Amino acid sequence: MDALLLSYLPIVVFIGIALVIGLALLVSPFIVAYKDPDPEKVSAYECGFAAFDDARMKFDVRFYLVAILFIIFDLEVAFLFPWAVAFKSLGWFGFWSMMAFLGVLTVGFVYEWKKGALEWD
Amino acid sequence: MTLQPLFFYLFSFVTIASALMVIAARNPVHSVLFLILAFVNAAGLLLLLGAEFLAMILIVVYVGAVAVLFLFVVMMLDVDFAELRQGFLQYLPIGALVGVILLVELIAVLGGLAIAPEVETLATPVPADVSNVAALGAVLYTRYLYFFQAAGVILLVAMIGAIVLTLRHKEGVKRQDISVQVARDPRKTVEVVQVETGRGI
Repeated sequence: MDALLLSYLPIVVFIGIALVIGLALLVSPFIVAYKDPDPEKVSAYECGFAAFDDARMKFDVRFYLVAILFIIFDLEVAFLFPWAVAFKSLGWFGFWSMMAFLGVLTVGFVYEWKKGALEWD
Repeated sequence: MTLQPLFFYLFSFVTIASALMVIAARNPVHSVLFLILAFVNAAGLLLLLGAEFLAMILIVVYVGAVAVLFLFVVMMLDVDFAELRQGFLQYLPIGALVGVILLVELIAVLGGLAIAPEVETLATPVPADVSNVAALGAVLYTRYLYFFQAAGVILLVAMIGAIVLTLRHKEGVKRQDISVQVARDPRKTVEVVQVETGRGI
């Protein structure tokens, strides 16, 4: 248990270093940099004329479809990891149980491919 | 080790604080970013419990995929902040109901532990020499076969549902059909015409 946690100590050290570097880069401009704000300097700039539209526009729903299909195959891969680790002790039953799982998802994959969900337009 | 409680309190404090910020932040995009912070700290808590694989999967699936999905959903909304704030009180009763149910469940779990502390010993301890992933893999695909296959079917339903609900093909878009394009015979499609000088076609 403690050995398991100790093996994650390098990650804690990495996060600590990243935090220090990130904070230093964020804070140092406030201390060091020369500041002379001006209403024109801090206003939004769009090729010489005033910005006439909001930058926040609605996304196309197709991005959502790509993301949800990604999640599904992500989960499929997540199920593969313990299977691969325990593969030798599982035997044929474990092998075919995973093949059935992959088969079910392959049905979905073929449906997705034939429907054209992987194409953009 | 004294470091362990320290990290436990750090992770739980940041988890609760960022979960509060998820509902308190004015900008929905900031809410999603705080949600990611809450996920990462929950992964840290799982790691402290020794559930190594679950912690990594939480990072990969929730931070890597679900949070991105939430960001897409947030950006698909028309982000009008003043309008978003208006419905807040309207949903308060439902939110309060869900909160009360969760609270009752938490009290039931902790109260059960307080009334009968021997429940804790009922859980089978994982042998020390077996890694987390191997312990999961040893039972998930054989003993819990039906749950595993049910997970596969649920994923299939989610995939088909997402495609049926959101896939709309635009009319009149020229797509590639590689076999047809390759099999096209130049003799049928290209015509060589002898044109007399000065006549035109």
